[in-house]
Amino acid sequence: MLSRTADHCYWMARYTERAENTARMLDVNMRLSLLPQPEDRRRQTWMVPLSISGLADNYFERYKEVIPERVLEFMVFDATNPSSIYSCLRGARENAHAVRGTLTSELWETLNSTWLDMRDYQRERFVEGGIGEFFEWVKFRSHLSRGVTVATMLREEPFNFARLGTFLERADNTARLLDVKYELLSVSQPDAASDFYQWSFLLRSVSAFEAYRKAYSDLITPRRVAELLILNEKMPRSLCQCMTEVHSNLVAVRNAASGETERRAGELASALRFGNLEDIFDLGLHNYLTRFVERVADLSGRIANDFLVPVSGHEAAPVAGKVE
Amino acid sequence: MGAASYFNEMHDGAGGIRSHYANYSNWLANTPPDRIARKRAEADLVFHRTGITFAVYGEEAGKERLIPFDVLPRIIPADDWATLAAGLRQRVKTLNLFLQDVYHDQEIIKAGRIPREQIMNNAQFRPEMQGVDVPGGIYAHIAGIDVVRAGDANSKGDFFVLEDNLRVPSGVSYMLENRRMMMRLFPELFSRYHVAPVDHYPDLLLTKLRSVAPKGISDPEVVVLTPGAFNSAYFEHAFLAQQMGVELVEGQDMFVRDETLYMRTTRGPRRVDVIYRRVDDDFLDPLAFRKDSMLGVPGLLSAYRAGRVTLANAIGTGVADDKSIYPYVPEMIDFYLGEKPIIGNVQTFLCRKAEDLKYVLAHMDELVVKETHGAGGYGMLIGPTATREQIDKFREVVKAYPERYIAQPTLSLSACPTFVESGVAPRHIDLRPFVLSGSDITMVPGGLTRVALREGSLVVNSSQGGGTKDTWVLEA
Repeated sequence: MLSRTADHCYWMARYTERAENTARMLDVNMRLSLLPQPEDRRRQTWMVPLSISGLADNYFERYKEVIPERVLEFMVFDATNPSSIYSCLRGARENAHAVRGTLTSELWETLNSTWLDMRDYQRERFVEGGIGEFFEWVKFRSHLSRGVTVATMLREEPFNFARLGTFLERADNTARLLDVKYELLSVSQPDAASDFYQWSFLLRSVSAFEAYRKAYSDLITPRRVAELLILNEKMPRSLCQCMTEVHSNLVAVRNAASGETERRAGELASALRFGNLEDIFDLGLHNYLTRFVERVADLSGRIANDFLVPVSGHEAAPVAGKVE
Repeated sequence: MGAASYFNEMHDGAGGIRSHYANYSNWLANTPPDRIARKRAEADLVFHRTGITFAVYGEEAGKERLIPFDVLPRIIPADDWATLAAGLRQRVKTLNLFLQDVYHDQEIIKAGRIPREQIMNNAQFRPEMQGVDVPGGIYAHIAGIDVVRAGDANSKGDFFVLEDNLRVPSGVSYMLENRRMMMRLFPELFSRYHVAPVDHYPDLLLTKLRSVAPKGISDPEVVVLTPGAFNSAYFEHAFLAQQMGVELVEGQDMFVRDETLYMRTTRGPRRVDVIYRRVDDDFLDPLAFRKDSMLGVPGLLSAYRAGRVTLANAIGTGVADDKSIYPYVPEMIDFYLGEKPIIGNVQTFLCRKAEDLKYVLAHMDELVVKETHGAGGYGMLIGPTATREQIDKFREVVKAYPERYIAQPTLSLSACPTFVESGVAPRHIDLRPFVLSGSDITMVPGGLTRVALREGSLVVNSSQGGGTKDTWVLEA
């Protein structure tokens, strides 16, 4: 397939996944900030989405202090923030538009109508239905486009590149979410009840609360949360599962130049599949996750070079939210 | 019905219903207007969701408009279509013979049938194409021939060719989508009428494109070349590529090495054999034509001249669809085929001829005067609606540069019932059938019917308030 087409499929899926992840993260933040807590801690809570997305600098260029409504506005509707949900859904649609002939009409129509709804989203609805309803909508639309992708696209390169985009973005997001939350939650020592809510919200933000219960049928402990989200190969948003998908999709699109990229992805996937928690905590969770995010970024760069060939004069739709 | 000055597709001169509309008229009388209004709203919604839109230049990026779709079909009886189809075949065959001749031996000039300067001084004549052999001698693989039906209410409504479009004619995707929409909105109508299908157009197109691949290529790689997602016809480019199952490429996706054209793919360079290009001649190759073009491929012309890749349509077809060449088409049909035109031309005065000029200057208030190279309604005077001042001004220009102008009588285009705000009312229409040439000439029955939605208007262009209709050719 055309390199440019592959590039658009890849970014279409990344933007869709990013919009969903942002919605999940903000949703959980909303709930966390409703718990009884000191004011400074509440503020700290609202710094989290900015740090996870690496958008704190952007935000402070515009606003002096962290105010929940502004963070929400900035992360959801701000068209000038390249990683806002608004921009991501637009980016997903523009990338899809550029290759609409390659996508199934069902997929194109799904992404197009998601964008049309986002563009026309009335703020009144936002106030009336509560922002929670909006986040539900974003998640639902993301589920829908992913489902349509899986249900209608031929298992050929456009599908593989879309999947690569999805799982690289998701791996990156799960790692960052875990990193930031872990720091935040383990450092402070609130009472047990609050602790429970904090961890359960984190699990819920990656649709892992029920999975946790099933896997451990026991109290929620930070180490187990880390284990579930890093090493559990059955957990759809775990790093292990994401990297296994990245590797198998790379195998499917293999070309003469991609051997080393495939090897690195395979190495990372195997390390997760056969790794154990002790080693990770010996290294330090933060160090481990930082290293992981770097390796994901390395893979993204290598995939761009091996397959997507940056063509002069070509600009991908809105620039991706800068990592770090 | 009052005594109308135009031919009505549904009603005869006495106000009766023409037989091929009888069934439909019945249905219309029994269908509440609000149901039709609801269906029309449903159509708009679907067109928006599916992104069947055209981009509007100069507006915010991503702003896309719908071309208004009229839910009342235009119906053409089988025998009318048979005549039309024969006429279109004859015409397109001739135009391809003319192009082959013009870029080779120029017999038609030698025979004195068309003045040499009419061709050689034409801006659309491409000297680069002289002596270049194209597969099968086919230049205009895809032709959009604009046909109108003229005459008054009591006439039999003869068909005329108004314009030949041999460069990058567009609109075929609307023909196909309009049919899909009608079948979705009013399935019951299709059990009342045997409407000839049009859905196989992409298959026909692909077959034609493959049939003109360079010699020796057994399984040719066909692509559609688009200027990009912001082009006004992008939807159509993407649509056709998808329907044919071929790559939709932009100039930046391709490069030429050793006179061979390649596209950049995820598995390395891949040879391209046939390009259905939707980019104008001027922008195809910055090394040969416009240097500032970002839409083409450097070196494409050299690969093309070497016969390593086929362009559809060929470079230089504009010399055959120019307004100053149009009046000679009946002459060409006689010269190349020894036949009489099955569909006539609209009477055309060439201002470069002294007696024509004299007539035009004396009758400017009745005529439509057009610049030969103009398009989209620019450089044009519509006599009957122009002011005295405009006419006087235009007369001076025509006097100064007579060779740049042609004139035609103001046609009364036929009208077809159309759903407008006040209900169902007649509006003027034209028809663009799409004629495909390769090893033979084929077309799907029908074409794109455009309709001028404003009362009395004769302008069917979508940029000026025109809409479209589904076109039903009835099976015999």
